[in-house]
Amino acid sequence: MTSASASATATAERSFTLSHLDALESEAVHIFREVAGEFERPVILFSGGKDSIVMLHLALKAFAPAAIPFTLLHVDTGHNFPEVLEYRDRVVAAHGLRLHVASVQDYIDRGVLRERPDGTRNPLQTVPLTEKIQSERFDAVFGGGRRDEEKARAKERVFSLRDEFSQWDPRRQRPELWQLYNGRHAPGEHVRVFPLSNWTELDVWQYIAREHIELPGIYFAHRREVFQRAGMWLTPGDWGGPRESETVEKRLVRYRTVGDMSCTGAVDSDATTLEAVITEIAASRLTERGATRADDKMSEAAMEDRKREGYF
Amino acid sequence: MTSTTTAMVGAPTTIDTLRFATAGSVDDGKSTLVGRLLHDSKSVLTDQLEAVERVSQSRGQDTPDLALLTDGLRAEREQGITIDVAYRYFATARRRFILADTPGHVQYTRNMVTGASTAELAIILIDARHGVVEQTRRHAAVAALLRVPNVVLAVNKMDLVGYEEKDFDRIVEDFAGHAAELGLPGFTPIPVSALCGDNVVERSAHMDWYEGPALLEFLETVPVGSDLPSAPARFPVQYVIRHDEVRHYAGQLVSGALRVGDRVTVHPSGENSEIVGIDVLGRNADVAYAPQSLTLRLADQRDISRGDMITAGADVPTLTQDVRAAVCHLADRALRVGDRVLVRHTTRTVKAIVKDLGDVAELTANDLGRITLRTAEPLALDDYAEVRRTGAFLLIDPADGSTLTAGMADLSS
Repeated sequence: MTSASASATATAERSFTLSHLDALESEAVHIFREVAGEFERPVILFSGGKDSIVMLHLALKAFAPAAIPFTLLHVDTGHNFPEVLEYRDRVVAAHGLRLHVASVQDYIDRGVLRERPDGTRNPLQTVPLTEKIQSERFDAVFGGGRRDEEKARAKERVFSLRDEFSQWDPRRQRPELWQLYNGRHAPGEHVRVFPLSNWTELDVWQYIAREHIELPGIYFAHRREVFQRAGMWLTPGDWGGPRESETVEKRLVRYRTVGDMSCTGAVDSDATTLEAVITEIAASRLTERGATRADDKMSEAAMEDRKREGYF
Repeated sequence: MTSTTTAMVGAPTTIDTLRFATAGSVDDGKSTLVGRLLHDSKSVLTDQLEAVERVSQSRGQDTPDLALLTDGLRAEREQGITIDVAYRYFATARRRFILADTPGHVQYTRNMVTGASTAELAIILIDARHGVVEQTRRHAAVAALLRVPNVVLAVNKMDLVGYEEKDFDRIVEDFAGHAAELGLPGFTPIPVSALCGDNVVERSAHMDWYEGPALLEFLETVPVGSDLPSAPARFPVQYVIRHDEVRHYAGQLVSGALRVGDRVTVHPSGENSEIVGIDVLGRNADVAYAPQSLTLRLADQRDISRGDMITAGADVPTLTQDVRAAVCHLADRALRVGDRVLVRHTTRTVKAIVKDLGDVAELTANDLGRITLRTAEPLALDDYAEVRRTGAFLLIDPADGSTLTAGMADLSS
């Protein structure tokens, strides 16, 4: 390849470079296919949020023209945005997929889980999630986690082995070299798989724009009733807001992340199109989670602690 | 910000990505350098910086400790050390970066091997006061062994030696001697002070004698990712998609190019066929290049499954059950002659026995060595020096599935 008589074609090939979105897409598809080739019962965590929507889009591409050889799983906190649930069900039906639902509300109704005093249900997702993984015997669970989201996630592998209690032990992770993913596991253990590990928030939005992927409307600026708590704009609802001291007002807002209504805040925004959202994010001086997620602010190591217990 | 923002809006964009790794020894200021790189390239957002300032203040420090930006685990912050590889993402107007931030403290070699395996550039950090130390030679050996295409020698703490050219020159000369011995093809030396910000993002005003680029400038302009498409075509089959009686062979082209009409060989069976269709993630293509993920259709019905490799052209991999390789042992469990292991090579996993470890009795964690394996089935191997992806493999413990050893095939020895 260092021959002096290199042809014009060879010169053209040598200058071939994948754009960063194409490189990320190719890598993610490779990861999906590795799991399909190595595991018996994989499942994709699907919440109707932008990261899981991108995962589903990539999985569809990875196995086209055939259908995705996986099912989907949603951990429903009982406090989800109605627009997102509607989107979830529509997409599942459109692609003829099977959706498993693990319901936090069921666990609370049965008395297995207790509502927290602050009404936040995100930390309560871990038990329904891990029990569903065990009862359905899922051996690979795709998550939309990205390493750019949070400093504990920056330490996460693409293939992350979890013990029979779904626990993550950051000190005992397998080294991950080249693109050789080791998914070996004992019965009862499973592997969490993160195809979007190397994507940033901006990559996700640029990819959504490039691929013309439809999103739930709450990602775009709209007028809605909100009230302020701990510096965030929250949506009123049965989950316990607003309190008497908190006043509801109508504001032009959008969401950067979609999670449990009790801890996912909206940001002031007039971005009604994908282009406007991308411009806004590129200029933002706040991280996605720093801006809108109360559950990460609980302590310096909130994400790490939840991940250790089995959360994503 | 405005021009950057405009460049980022809309798609497609052709901006490329540099994957690089850092390596440094204890207390040479690696976390500070990474923190400085992120901070001065404005990749640290307000809430992250506020968190660092909050913690620094609570510890009684009057300036923010930039190392806190990269120590993500509870134990790391408590002990003030970096335990594990972390991946960081940042971008400038010219390029995007994926940084494998590897710790210098414990388990240094295996962590650097992990970070370097996908890196196109490695930064080896040296303390200007101490010069080349044992760790530096180890880092250079790993970079040479893994064939990292570009190496930067960052001579740090230049402020502590009065920004003297002679100190820098002496270290560079010393390192060059070791590099030549270890087979490192070349390196780019840069004098920096991570603490003061000299030659990290901005060129230093303290070192008139240095005429080269600042570190970030070099990272932005070093050519990357150009040799894959001109290498021989290698397509490990990941998965077979059957649809309407047609078989689509799915995989990632790990090197070279494939065209419709190419005669291909399937390994290890040795059967031949012809490419009649290429689909690059929803788009029909006449030609595809590494590292694209794609599906292939062939003219003949062949028995092809996961683990097989499809190649085109006369340059084919070596089919062998006797594998010689350079290795880095990763696990706490030692590797000995006679051990039964699994070899994971591209999409194929086969049983193997460790036949020879050269002149050592065993390999323990972080050891570099040479190995001979006998595999139960033939592998389609390339020299790691020729094609990284088809020359690399892992040894896996068949009992508990843990990753034992990283291997780089050496067919010439």
